[in-house]
Amino acid sequence: MREDIPPLTPSAGGPEALTEAEVAASRRRLRLDGLGIIASVSGFGLVYGLAARAAGFSPLEASAMSVLVFAGAAQFAAIGYVLGGFSWLGVVLLTAFLNARHFLYGAALAPYLADRPRPVRALMAHVLTDEAFALSIAHFRRIGRGDPTGYWWAAIATVFIPWNVATLVGVIVGGQIPDPTRYGLDVIFPAAMAGLAVGLIAGRRELVAAIVGAVVGVAVGLAWEPAAGIMAGGLLGPIAGLVTPPAGEQA
Amino acid sequence: MKTELVWLALLMGAVTYPWRAVPLLTPGMHRLPSRAQEYFRLVGPAVLAALAAVDVMVILDAERTPSFHVGVEWLAVGVCLVLVAARRGLLGGLVAAALITTLVRALNLA
Repeated sequence: MREDIPPLTPSAGGPEALTEAEVAASRRRLRLDGLGIIASVSGFGLVYGLAARAAGFSPLEASAMSVLVFAGAAQFAAIGYVLGGFSWLGVVLLTAFLNARHFLYGAALAPYLADRPRPVRALMAHVLTDEAFALSIAHFRRIGRGDPTGYWWAAIATVFIPWNVATLVGVIVGGQIPDPTRYGLDVIFPAAMAGLAVGLIAGRRELVAAIVGAVVGVAVGLAWEPAAGIMAGGLLGPIAGLVTPPAGEQA
Repeated sequence: MKTELVWLALLMGAVTYPWRAVPLLTPGMHRLPSRAQEYFRLVGPAVLAALAAVDVMVILDAERTPSFHVGVEWLAVGVCLVLVAARRGLLGGLVAAALITTLVRALNLA
């Protein structure tokens, strides 16, 4: 095994397993990192609720979207599609397209969660979002194995609860909500994603994957659609990383 | 209370869930060849960097036409990156990014 590549498949209890104190320290860091995400998710959950109310969604309909779809970009887009008079088939197909990137998240997390019972993994899948993936993959990489407690914290406490509570508040309270961009909350999402990406860079390959992912993402996003850009960056960045010789190895 | 869009939410959830669940529920995903495992290990930094870059640099107008965006968000994310790289903690970087953005917008510099 190459020394620059940590083992992907977790080896809980193996000789390299961390102590409980080290796992607890990583969980503390996950909770701390999650605070900014909670602020961002709450701010945009409020805006989503407000936008849904303005588009004529009832509180039940807006909340059903946040519970059952639970994907911010697709939910915001759906409001526009409904207002624009799209057919439901069109809305559903566009939703599938916008959310295709989640496949990559599941594939990257699968080795860490393989020892969980299937029904638990099925539940874990429903709450897998950009933010949950970013926080949990960083945590798993720090401790070298999967950690369901950390995953649930990232997915439920940091994203699912704030997003759904904020949706309900937004759709009920309505126009009394201040614009979150006024408080810089819109910049927290990209800053958090970039910051967590930095935490995953341990060598030349990850660096190349990140740079190529970003460049391809922007290029395809500009040429076609941002969701396609994210998918293309997530697919092609790792290929560029794979063909990059690791540090200390000649091409 | 109006409920017909609950059915649309169900359909949207039904087409989103497989993307999330198939890799987590497919047997043997953790026993892929080493090259494939290495590929998926690199998905994390690649997709997170793509999310950040696209969010900051690509904006959509009302017709969902994308265009290139330059703004204070670049500075805010850059400062966050530097702080995270230097201190390995995310929260300070996020607070700094939000403060910079708020200040620049309040001063109408953006």
